[in-house]
Amino acid sequence: MVAFVGIQLVPTALNKSEVDLTTDISEIENTSENIQILLSESCYDCHSNNTNYPWYIKIQPVAWFLEDHIKVGKAELNFNEWATYSSRRKRSKLKSIISQVEKDEMPLSSYTLIHREAKLTKSDKELIVRWANQRLDSINNN
Amino acid sequence: MKKVRLTMGMLVLAVLSLTAMSCKDANKEHDNADGHHNEATEQNDMMKNESMNTAKSMNKMGQDDHAEAVLTDYFILKDALAADDKAKASEAGKKLVSTLGDFDYSTYSKEEQTDLEDIIADATEHAEHISTSEMGHQREHFKMLSKDVMDMVAITGSKRKMYEQFCPMYDNGSAWLSMSSEISNPYYGSKMLKCGRVEREIN
Repeated sequence: MVAFVGIQLVPTALNKSEVDLTTDISEIENTSENIQILLSESCYDCHSNNTNYPWYIKIQPVAWFLEDHIKVGKAELNFNEWATYSSRRKRSKLKSIISQVEKDEMPLSSYTLIHREAKLTKSDKELIVRWANQRLDSINNN
Repeated sequence: MKKVRLTMGMLVLAVLSLTAMSCKDANKEHDNADGHHNEATEQNDMMKNESMNTAKSMNKMGQDDHAEAVLTDYFILKDALAADDKAKASEAGKKLVSTLGDFDYSTYSKEEQTDLEDIIADATEHAEHISTSEMGHQREHFKMLSKDVMDMVAITGSKRKMYEQFCPMYDNGSAWLSMSSEISNPYYGSKMLKCGRVEREIN
């Protein structure tokens, strides 16, 4: 118990910052409101510069586990910084989004276990895949 | 007081269940990491030796040699995928990450440098994925990596005779490079080893 109380004092860097909307994917790619909501609910906690933290997430050791997790997720793909990716890298990221969503590998099951609302339904997945394919075509044609 | 204790108890329970969950995940990841552990250490030792050698010979390396080194690793990877050898492909991916990291493009023109930098950043990400993934995932990334390597060759050129090959079946059609005109398909391996055709000869 003492140890448990003790580790609560260890600070964790929260993934919070001013949102720079000018570089967000919704500004760069043609993104409907539906898609924007799906991405925010199911992806942005780990793939953007802002995480919605429920209260229990601030409790150690959960917070440590999450901090690392978000770091990896953001390095892989950050929707808030989409404008900084080259066309080549946008293509790679879109292809990975399609395959990960189609194969149910993202969002991670360990994440949707707690965040039930982040789970994608079959039609959500179809929407995202169709949108990502359209974006891919438009980048290829440019 | 009772109420406080109850709330406290609930809180501890909540935290415990969460911890148990995250530990399960962490263990899973740990197992994976462990599975690769021996290979990883071996590879690291190998890489250490190699990077020492590279450092020594760096001055002697001409600009084309960096591209040739990338191609050497790429072909090892391609052969591993055609042979359905996940472990070898993952090793080749790891090697490729370090070779790409050593790529020195300072002798190229400004415009070529920008393109190469972009190609190498993208290729490195694919190689990283290949080094840690299951075979299906390795092949997905190999497709994108192949595009990068072909674009690299378009800038750097190569002394090698190579063949651009194409399989119309995998993921709406996918290309790769090979040193031999004979098809051995890295996207299907033994399942459909001969599927594909030579699109063009390079050099």
